[in-house]
Amino acid sequence: MSRRTGSVLPVHVALAAGAALVLVPIIWTVAAGFRTQISLLMGDVLFTPIGSNFAEVLWSKTSDFLLNYRNSIIVGIVSTVLCVVVATLAAFSLNRMRWPAWTVHLFLAWTMIFHMIPPVALASAWFTMARAVGLENTFTGLILAHATLNLPMAIWLMAVFVRDVPKELEEAAIMDGADTPHILWHVILPLITPGLAATSILTFIFSWNEFAVALTLTMKQTATVPVAIAKFAQDFEIQYTQMAASAALAMVPAILVLLVAQRYIVKGLTQGAVK
Amino acid sequence: MAAAQAQTLSSPRRPAKVSEDRGQRLWRWLTFGPALAMMLALSVLPIANLFLTSFQNITWADGQQVRTWVGLTHYQALFSDSLFGAGISNTLIFAFGAVAGQMVLGFAMALLCTKIVRGRVLYRAIFILPILIPGIVIGAIWKLMLNFDFGLVNKALGLIGILPHDWLGSPETALLSVIAVDIWHWTPFCFLLFLAGLESLPQDVFEAARMDGAGAWQELVYVTLPLMIPTIIVTFAFRLVLAFKVFDEVYLLTSGGPGTSTEVISFTLYQRFFTEDKAGYGSAMSVAVIFLVSLLLVLALSARRRTGAAS
Repeated sequence: MSRRTGSVLPVHVALAAGAALVLVPIIWTVAAGFRTQISLLMGDVLFTPIGSNFAEVLWSKTSDFLLNYRNSIIVGIVSTVLCVVVATLAAFSLNRMRWPAWTVHLFLAWTMIFHMIPPVALASAWFTMARAVGLENTFTGLILAHATLNLPMAIWLMAVFVRDVPKELEEAAIMDGADTPHILWHVILPLITPGLAATSILTFIFSWNEFAVALTLTMKQTATVPVAIAKFAQDFEIQYTQMAASAALAMVPAILVLLVAQRYIVKGLTQGAVK
Repeated sequence: MAAAQAQTLSSPRRPAKVSEDRGQRLWRWLTFGPALAMMLALSVLPIANLFLTSFQNITWADGQQVRTWVGLTHYQALFSDSLFGAGISNTLIFAFGAVAGQMVLGFAMALLCTKIVRGRVLYRAIFILPILIPGIVIGAIWKLMLNFDFGLVNKALGLIGILPHDWLGSPETALLSVIAVDIWHWTPFCFLLFLAGLESLPQDVFEAARMDGAGAWQELVYVTLPLMIPTIIVTFAFRLVLAFKVFDEVYLLTSGGPGTSTEVISFTLYQRFFTEDKAGYGSAMSVAVIFLVSLLLVLALSARRRTGAAS
């Protein structure tokens, strides 16, 4: 749709304004992490950056932020691997293993309803279950919860990617006498690797960002980054600059992913909806 | 989305060359089994448990759970719970207000982006950023931005002579502020889907429209928008679902207050269940929300079928 001979300058101005609206709050918050509380309250435009907020958040004895960071990474990685493996197998199965139509419809309809339920409603049920089997305040409970929460989206995405693999390749492999695991591993998998990457990245980010379930299923030792940040806001005397510093640290994965894997994120976010 | 996939997944396929042997059937279950087991154990079972608990009162005696049947008492109580009512109406206002804003802004940005060649990838990268940031961090960012004393919003408004306002602390502007934050958070998502949709539109239609002398506005109304209807519907449904689930930002920004002005349904649930430890009543509320959500899904699917038949 790019043509039109008129000047593109107004378009650029409008887009730059949009970009500024997105970036200014983020940059201002990161900058607040480098300020003293007084400088923030005074609202000085110019200030000498200090590192003490970050040092306080990361290394102080009263702060668990490094632990929270580690917890978020563990939960994010393990739940992502679990979720994506299960989703890929299911997408392959539903797509290629000749399940009756009603099975596929019923399962996908359920994943849709499940996806629409507020996580808080589920959190209460999971909390009760976790307590019944002794999984409250453990990584296992939260990992299972996150993997399940992200499973619908992962299945839908992987179903699109698996569907795009030409059936002819599979039929040729069957003619050569290949069995199901061989087809899955040597025919399907190599062709869906980009889709797999996109789904994994999104699943990890969603796990990293998830708050409501983490809040209810974790305690001090297992709390994730969002839970830790929420604590700041609830303190009677809010440490604004430290809250800003920890917010900045919590954004690191998002920014890394954006720099390294923007292509995959766009693929993952748009694929499911447009197709 | 999933409905469309269900159609393609179960579309008639060529007759199998090999008859289904036992190994094939085993692999069928091995591949689908894990997902089925996870959904059964971690979604069907907990929801069944919620359903059961919604007819009960749970008390604790000597570390032992005591469940007593109370019948429909909790459901009756829902109707007179002013917090639940406020939660539902605030969630509806929030969801429709925020999503409408996101759709319009996102469409405008996407349309602008298609008019340029240089810098499109850069703008897209910047606009994606809020989607990837944790909701709780977005809450933290805007708690700082909207702070009465030092927030950038009041500072900026001060420059044009507007007096500082307590955006999150006053009942008139609290919900509006939360909606604005959500628009900031999710407009990028709408933008991204619309951009992908616009980029995949057939070019010859636009050529033809231009040959017929259509202006930019006519082109938008008579060509672009009709062609974009499927993408618009999908994006709208997608966003609305997520908007109904809003919790993180509200938790951090206002905690439902002041009064009940930003009380959204997820937050009401959280309070009843965890803060007040009313498991039975909280379960009934959850079941009611799940029911409402399923109802919405049915409505959305039937609307989709109707538009699908029309186009």
